Amino acid sequence: MYAVNLEPHTPVKKGSVFEFPFDVDEHYVSEMKDRALVLDEDPLRCQSLPHMEAAGWDTLELIMESKAAAYPEHFSLSKDGDKWRWINRPMGIDDTFIFGNTSTLPYGPMEYITRQAQGDFAVLDQRDGNLWMDAGIVTTQADWSLDFDIGMNFFEWHAPVPLAHELGIFKRALKFLLNVQHGKPARRLNWTMTINPRLDTSPENYHKWGKDRLTVTPENVGEKVYLRVELQTFWRLPRSNGLLFPIRCYLISMEELSSIPKWGCRLHRVLGSLPQELRDYKGLTSYIDDTVAWLSKFDQGQETSPGTFPD
Amino acid sequence: MKNIVGNKINAIVESITPVTESIKRFKFIPEDGGEMPVFAGGAHIVVEMPDGDIIRRNPYSLMGNIDDRSSYSISVLQVKEGRGGSNYMHNNVKEGDKLTISYPVNLFALGWKAHKHLLIAGGIGITPIISQAQTLMQRMLPFEMHYIARSEEKAAYLNELSQLYGKRFHFHVRNKNSRWSVDPLLLNQPVGTHVYACGPEKLMNNVVDTCTQAGWDKSTVHIERFLAPASGKPYTIELKESQKHITVRKNQSMLEAIEQAGVNPPYLCRGGACGQCETQVVSFSGTLSHHDHFLSDEEKASGKKIMPCVSRVEGDNPHIVLER
Repeated sequence: MYAVNLEPHTPVKKGSVFEFPFDVDEHYVSEMKDRALVLDEDPLRCQSLPHMEAAGWDTLELIMESKAAAYPEHFSLSKDGDKWRWINRPMGIDDTFIFGNTSTLPYGPMEYITRQAQGDFAVLDQRDGNLWMDAGIVTTQADWSLDFDIGMNFFEWHAPVPLAHELGIFKRALKFLLNVQHGKPARRLNWTMTINPRLDTSPENYHKWGKDRLTVTPENVGEKVYLRVELQTFWRLPRSNGLLFPIRCYLISMEELSSIPKWGCRLHRVLGSLPQELRDYKGLTSYIDDTVAWLSKFDQGQETSPGTFPD
Repeated sequence: MKNIVGNKINAIVESITPVTESIKRFKFIPEDGGEMPVFAGGAHIVVEMPDGDIIRRNPYSLMGNIDDRSSYSISVLQVKEGRGGSNYMHNNVKEGDKLTISYPVNLFALGWKAHKHLLIAGGIGITPIISQAQTLMQRMLPFEMHYIARSEEKAAYLNELSQLYGKRFHFHVRNKNSRWSVDPLLLNQPVGTHVYACGPEKLMNNVVDTCTQAGWDKSTVHIERFLAPASGKPYTIELKESQKHITVRKNQSMLEAIEQAGVNPPYLCRGGACGQCETQVVSFSGTLSHHDHFLSDEEKASGKKIMPCVSRVEGDNPHIVLER
């Protein structure tokens, strides 16, 4: 039911989302435009409590250094002491600023860089043997709210997750996360499903997307129902000792997913065996049966190869 | 990408500078000429010392300039009667030598919600306090620094600190003739102050006790304890999972002996504070000699857990079977 699927965040396969620390793909510019639109409508999607400024600079430094090294054709970073120049060619940005001096940037450091980075970001303060959701930017989320969770600790913001508390999963997870070290980031995958290719499935906008769940029919499963996979990574931030938690969302329709026979078969089995509590928690209740029926044609009881990559 | 993801750093000892009679500063530069990973106040590295047929791994606080990514610096106090790590650094390491060091680890980080930071250092405990003060200066946060030593001559970096931090810096001599007490200082702090102490056990226990009695919230009291592993008579270990039988020598820790046998448990502080190397005890003969600050008294009494970085087995026929 729950898998402890944590592993070191090290490069896996050229061209895969695991090739670089922060994956940049063909949706980069459009996702950044989408983020700007969401923030225009709802500025509370990005918040940073006053003590999180050092962690914000950590975040900026990590993402800039990583992207400039991984994608030199798109991003450049040059430093002259604390005077930094950052060039983001796909977004047409060429800014010079003083590292550590927020007044030299158009936004706070965390907001500045995460308006240029795909995926949501939670920036966690580490203190009193716990992690605290004290900053973040969250515009592509699977039905959780930064504005609701801001200031909460690890157990508080995970309170709604069914069954896992009783199994002691969060205690073990917290112990692991408190010990994530600089230089040794970790990752895990999380998943749910979404109707239509919509990144922003927030509680704030539930009235816009919640009703889509009722539009699924046996005929339109292939185009309407999407698997939503989150690549979650965990980074120790060396200046603040905080933890950066990027949550990168990828969507794929049932039609496209089942073009890889292994994936169609696997998802049929996973959805078919999902406990009721998780069907409800993930919000699949109204359309999961149609989806399982649609996927059944890909599952002939065959064995599938290990790992997630296509054969 | 080395500064972002990596395991260990190959470093060259660029310079060795005498600081006091018994303290030397070692400056490391990366062998590949690149940048060192970022660190902040309170962080330490573990230095690997190939000493004969064993590898010593000792933690040292990073000092140096936190904005200068070209090098790391540590200060090492020679403990002549110690187990050998500081003697190795002082006697065997030469400028130009290559050493392997870890990425920075921070078990003594600043609390960002503090309204004021009170830094207290005793003796060589000044090293992590130096980088914390730098971090606080850089971020323009309110702090006060107290440095306690037996004499001015024994106090490393006294002049430098006094010049750098001026009114924020206070020096106190504590010896047979001068008994400066930390209590009045702690009892006159505004609410919201966080205290950070590093130094001799007695000083740190004093800080913890006084703060506890005065009603400070536990989360506002930060202590950096780096115990040297205890020495003692040799004894034997059986590693159940790895099916190995090994001997722990007199001046070796249980963790070092396990590593020497080719088994690599996780570790961070190597000083009985962080809990990372906690190991399940299957059975033992003799007595468990716990030296750590991590396990609770009940856990120590249960005989089911041990911190192999600092603790030993003693008594008659000392032997232990570990779940490793």
